[in-house]
This record gives sequence, structure tokens and C-alpha cells, in this order.
Amino acid sequence: MKIEIDQLKCVGAGQCVMAAEDVFDQRDEDGIVVLLEAEPDDSHAPDVRTAAALCPAAAITVHE
Amino acid sequence: MSPQDVVVVGAGAAGLGTVEALRREGCTARVTIIGDENDLPYDRPPLSKGYLSGAWDEARLQLRPRETLAELGATWKLGHSAVSLDREAREVRLEDGSTVHYDALVIATGVRSRRLPGTEGISGLHTMRTRADADRLREEMRSGARLLVGGGGFLGSETAASARTLGCEVTLISRRPAPLGDVLGDEVAGMLAALHRERGVDLEQGSVDAVTTADGHVTGVRLADGRELPGDMALLAIGSIPNVEWLRDSGLTLDDGVVCDASGLAAPGVWAVGDVAAWHDPGAERPVRLEHRTRASEHGISVARSILGAGGPLPSVPYVWSDQYEYTVQIHGSPRGADRFAIIDGSLEERGFTAVYGRDDRVCAAVGVNMVRPLRALRRLVAQRAPWEAVAAAQPQL
Repeated sequence: MKIEIDQLKCVGAGQCVMAAEDVFDQRDEDGIVVLLEAEPDDSHAPDVRTAAALCPAAAITVHE
Repeated sequence: MSPQDVVVVGAGAAGLGTVEALRREGCTARVTIIGDENDLPYDRPPLSKGYLSGAWDEARLQLRPRETLAELGATWKLGHSAVSLDREAREVRLEDGSTVHYDALVIATGVRSRRLPGTEGISGLHTMRTRADADRLREEMRSGARLLVGGGGFLGSETAASARTLGCEVTLISRRPAPLGDVLGDEVAGMLAALHRERGVDLEQGSVDAVTTADGHVTGVRLADGRELPGDMALLAIGSIPNVEWLRDSGLTLDDGVVCDASGLAAPGVWAVGDVAAWHDPGAERPVRLEHRTRASEHGISVARSILGAGGPLPSVPYVWSDQYEYTVQIHGSPRGADRFAIIDGSLEERGFTAVYGRDDRVCAAVGVNMVRPLRALRRLVAQRAPWEAVAAAQPQL
């Protein structure tokens, strides 16, 4: 699994961090998404998919 | 027993979210998506924010690239409205007279802007719900022209901020002394009102009763107290109406939206998601309809699982955000009707803070302005409906 994020689309909702906190974080200053792990192992896959689905800005793309 | 034919009426975030979740869960049913706009699914929150101000272009509004949508393997019927539902025959009828059969139906028809009676066809009068609405308003917005915004909710406040950023003169009319006062309470709404004033927005208290015109074009609005305010164009942001007329003879329960159980089921084989759906809220013990972008996605995921026979509970903390100027207001939970308020970090004066709201001695919401990460930590208090005494422990300075 490979993850792409679009920081320009991100609105800093933090839904991704709540869904998969080992993979996503937010910048301190504005809450924009930060990718901790671009190619997480399979154990994170369900949470990452949920994060991508919940993102209100559609800023997360998951390549399986 | 998996359905063979899934039909989704509504091609916005909730409808798309449902289809994506179905495919993720391995559903191989035939899927048909019916949408009354011609556009592929796009995102609505930016319409009054970045899209209106010009910071976002059309491509960025798209929820998914065309290729990603193609991978869903769905049949798209865009530019088609559903006009009725026959639950006996399990058919949705479209305006062109054709019918679409379903085993599982997902209603995602959203809401439309409320209008004032008798204002149809007035040029310079706007509502904001679709991309076309935003395009029309932006076309008329020019430096120095005055925009009257009727309605001090999120949509009105955001549009006022975007218009001001573009150099328009702006009058923002809200029923409460401060816009968003009923949602956010006097403290936070007061801070935002001061921000609007500082940026040159004229705030007026009142409610728009009528639009005044000359030669069919807006010249101003008349308020309920009789005052007339002049302007070159007007946006009415006075609430929305669920798109349920097509379901009138369906036998579904309609009461400010499609009434559903706590998993979004409206009737056997029929679910509703997004702005149009009023799901039973176990906490509130009644159906609750929320026009939140994040709820649309949550509904979609939950309903997809229900369709496949494995429903899960909905996250209990609603989330919504609002961009005004360079400030982002984030709201976890429901601050409306709160009787307690406490700042946790930062301050209203700095326009950077987190705060919690309480009702019945329990935490009911956490709100932050430009303090994203500290706010996330407070969400826990909302999810737990923590006793108000727990708030003191969260305040570092006490």
C-alpha cells in the first residue's frame, strides 16, 4: 500500500489522525496533514482506507 | 444475501462515499448513480470558501479524479432527476419516464437553498448550493460593489468573508446580535463579529423579509423591522430544505428529511445518507439531520456495511469547520444550546484558542480557532460526554 497526500487540499480536520495515528499527523501551526509513513505495512491498511474515506477534503489517495 | 443492483440517488459526497465503501468492502453488485447535476461528484464546502474567493480552481473541487471514478465500475446517470419511488416494484422513476430497478436503494438527494417566496427570476439575487451558484455569484462580484448577505450562519459568514477578500463592500444580516451566535454562543460569535467588523463588513441585526428591485435587478433588501438596506446584489443564506418531494408517495417517513433508524435504514432495502437523512440519534432519542460534510462520509461507510449485512455504529462526535479570512473554526460535538463555556488554551483576544461547551453538567462540544492539534485532544471529552468538573483538569493554567 502506498499513500499520497495533497497538502493543498487538506483542511486540517484531523479525521485521518483519529483513524490511523501511526500513519498520519498534523502540522502544529495549521493542522495540515503530515504523512508519517508513506508505505505502511498491511496491518495499517484498514485504518488507512478509513482515513482516506473520512477525509472531508478527499486529500488522501491510497494505491493498493 | 448481497444485492445485485444497488441504486444511489444523488451524486454528491454522501452518494459517492457509499459507493466507494461498497467497492472497498468487496461488493460486486451493479451500481447505478443518479445525479441531477451534470457534474461528476464535487465538494460543496469550498464553494463559499476557497472556490468563491478564487484560491481553489474547478479541478480541485472534484472529489475524485475521473480515472478513480471509472475504477468504481458504476453506471452514471448524470443530469437526471429522480421523480418518484415505487417500493413495491423496487423502482426509481426518472423525469424522462425511464425506471431503474434496485435491490438496495440509497437516497442521497441532499438539500436545496431556502428562498423567499416571490423572488424567482430577480437578477442579482443568489443562493449558494451548487457550483453553478458559486460561479454566478463570483461573476457579479467586483471590487466596490455591495453584496448583501441575508443569514448569519456558516454559509453567510463564509461568503461575507470571501466577498470582502475580493474587495466587495459587504453587509451581513443576521437575526442574532452576532452571526453564528445561536451555534457558537456569545463569546466566540462575538469574537468573529469583531473580526468581520475589523475587515470592513457591516453587520446588521434583523431578518430579510423581501428583496427590493428596479427593472428586475436587486437594489436592496427589506428587513422585518421595515428598514431597507441598499446593495448591488444579494445572497440569501437562510437555511435549506431537504430534497424529498420525489419520495412523497413512497410511503417512507418524511419529517425534515428521510427518517431512518440509527443505521440509516429508512425501510427494508432503502437507506438514506448525507444532508437529506435524519438518522435516529440514540443520545438525543430522536431523528437528527446534520448538514456536515464529514457526516456524509460516515453515513456512506456505515450504510455500505449495512447493505452488505455488517452495519457498524456511527462515530458519536459530529465535526464541522468554517474558514473565515485566515481563521479556521473547528467544532467537535454540538455547542448549540450549551449553558457552560470555558476557554482551555489561548484566548479570544489572540483569536487562537480552544474551548469546551457544556450542557446538563456534561461536555457537549469542543471548539477551536487556529489551534488544531490541542483541539483534537479535547475531542475525547466530547466523545465521553465528560462531567463538567473534568474540564478544570484540562485547563493547564488552573
